[in-house]
Amino acid sequence: MKQSPLLSVKNISVDFGSGRKKFRAVSNVSFDVYESETLSLVGESGSGKTTIGRAIMRVHPISEGEIIYRGERISGDLTPKAERLVHQKIQMIFQDPMASLNERAKIDYIVSEGLYSFHLFKDEAERVAKVEQALRDVGLLPEFATRFPHEFSGGQRQRIGIARALVMEPELLVADEPISALDVSIRAQVINLLNKLKRNKSLTYLFIAHDLSVVRFISDRIAVIYRGRLVELAQSEDLFRKPLHPYTRALLTAVPTPDPEIEKKKKIIVYKPAARSPDEPAPSWIEAEPGHFVLGTEKEVNSWLKL
Amino acid sequence: MSGALLLSAEDLVVQFSLRGRKLTALRGASLELFEGETLAVVGESGSGKSVLAKTFLGMLDKNGTITAGSIQYRGKDLARLSRERDWLEIRGKKIAMIFQDPMTALNPLKTIGEQIREVIELHRGMDRRQSKIETLKTLEAVGIQDPERRYRQYPHEFSGGMRQRVVIASAVACKPEILICDEPTTALDVTVQAQILDLIKALKAEYAMSVLFITHDLGVVANVADRVAVMYAGQVIEQGTVDEIFTDPRAPYTWALLASLPQLGVKGEDLFAIKGTPPSLFKEIKGDAFAPRNPLALEVDFVAEPPIFDVSPTHWAKTWLLDPRAPAIRPPDSVLRLREKLLAERKLS
Ligand SMILES: Nc1ncnc2c1ncn2[C@@H]1O[C@H](COP(=O)(O)OP(=O)(O)OP(=O)(O)O)[C@@H](O)[C@H]1O
Ligand SMILES: [Mg+2]
Repeated sequence: MKQSPLLSVKNISVDFGSGRKKFRAVSNVSFDVYESETLSLVGESGSGKTTIGRAIMRVHPISEGEIIYRGERISGDLTPKAERLVHQKIQMIFQDPMASLNERAKIDYIVSEGLYSFHLFKDEAERVAKVEQALRDVGLLPEFATRFPHEFSGGQRQRIGIARALVMEPELLVADEPISALDVSIRAQVINLLNKLKRNKSLTYLFIAHDLSVVRFISDRIAVIYRGRLVELAQSEDLFRKPLHPYTRALLTAVPTPDPEIEKKKKIIVYKPAARSPDEPAPSWIEAEPGHFVLGTEKEVNSWLKL
Repeated sequence: MSGALLLSAEDLVVQFSLRGRKLTALRGASLELFEGETLAVVGESGSGKSVLAKTFLGMLDKNGTITAGSIQYRGKDLARLSRERDWLEIRGKKIAMIFQDPMTALNPLKTIGEQIREVIELHRGMDRRQSKIETLKTLEAVGIQDPERRYRQYPHEFSGGMRQRVVIASAVACKPEILICDEPTTALDVTVQAQILDLIKALKAEYAMSVLFITHDLGVVANVADRVAVMYAGQVIEQGTVDEIFTDPRAPYTWALLASLPQLGVKGEDLFAIKGTPPSLFKEIKGDAFAPRNPLALEVDFVAEPPIFDVSPTHWAKTWLLDPRAPAIRPPDSVLRLREKLLAERKLS
């Protein structure tokens, strides 16, 4: 997987508020997303996952660092051309299929919205064809185009949300908890759909989620965030087999498994950040094992590796 | 099971009237809760889990009524209880409930301490001073540090997990016999969820309660439950010990529910997904309600509703597959793999 990355997030920080109320939601975060992979960001609510996704989508300005897409900077002030690139090639899917669709618009308009704003069609016939194709891609019938969102189930609405992103022919999909609001059975349908689209359209996903069982199933690599900082990043199976950072370990043991025997014996770990004395070196981003990165001091990482 | 039968619902039917139409949310649901146990109720959204729980507290929405069936509890039929005065003897005092969203259960304008204290004063007939002391004790019992200071704070000053602890505190403050938890951890992060589950288990032991735990997460079921009731379209379709449900499920819907778990998926392959959606509860349902979504459905499933078949003294299921005349049909591979895995672990330990 050692091509050049599709997306590089380089040392970004995001601040909210100003003056004394200033609050750093994301702090010095870096990672790369390679073409055709699924990279997942996991962490508790408020850890900054969604903020990172939105910073990439240019919803939140970043206060430090830069974001590079196919070698071009897409953060900060942009030329209209670069701006267009972001809004077409990177699409977002949201958590709540109910809230993210305009209730009064027909599906046809909802799916076409991006096409209209960027005039991505020659004529009406082409627009209709694109919408119908996007609906088919997500397993919906083209005739659904004339209906309204409230006529659909949660799973179908999430498909509509995905169709709306696909119609733009994106390369990168930022999916922010796209299945958390869905029921178990529908969840499986949407996971399968996302995986199929990834294969058939060679899409790349940045997947933001807190449900680790789903994340393990769909991700190639996983990045763990704690209070606005990346604390660990590894191949998905490596992370589950050998979590290094104490926060990652606490997170993984907390995930319930469908096994009564194991669950009944489980001892939960509560993570408390270690207090550091000022003469200790600051933690840094260390490659502990090939492709397995963790935030810690040299000494800490060595001790975690021995566990 | 551990104790005597404490609460039982028999063939409960609940209907809601909605703009002139009738929705049948419970279509003859039966369930037993024994003393000292945790019974998990699982099932898809809309299957009737919350409605069932609310019937035990006389808390159905105004447009809903119990039209048939009974709820036996300590010699009373709760399904026949209509006077609010009678319910006050039970609700909160004998049977308490924790809801999914802790924010809706708390009054944002009152301090945490006052909210719990009032419950104690009302239900346990204590005076102000006594009920305050009891409140502080309860706050401590649910793991809230510095209860004196926390007593004077408002809900918004608490994190999601802390708020859920407060809600739990006010539910157990009156030492109820039965604690009903309706998805108490769905809105929480996994690490916080794990702590809340531990807390509920600890309080259950400390206060000698029986727990009815509603969830759609089978991992959570494995963690908390002694027994499991699986609901589909307004009925309990299978009930058994947690081991029976995980290693020897019998109803096709239970198979489907287990098979959709991402933990049972094989990376790179499709996850098992249940096709379609649950049936409309506005219409009359013929046969086995799951049949239209069940690729393995038998002909009889579309015609007649299956009765309850016993699998063991603690395990029953409502599926024609258990009829002696039914063909032998195997559960999906992933369910068999789960069974193998769990049984192998048993042998090891
Ligand atoms: N006040 C009401 N009026 C009309 N229908 C209702 C009312 N309350 C519940 N229902 C319906 O009863 C059925 C069962 O609902 P219930 O809330 O018990 O489902 P649930 O299993 O708890 O689902 P979830 O997992 O989503 O919480 C649903 O079809 C629901 O729409
Ligand atoms: Mg419910």
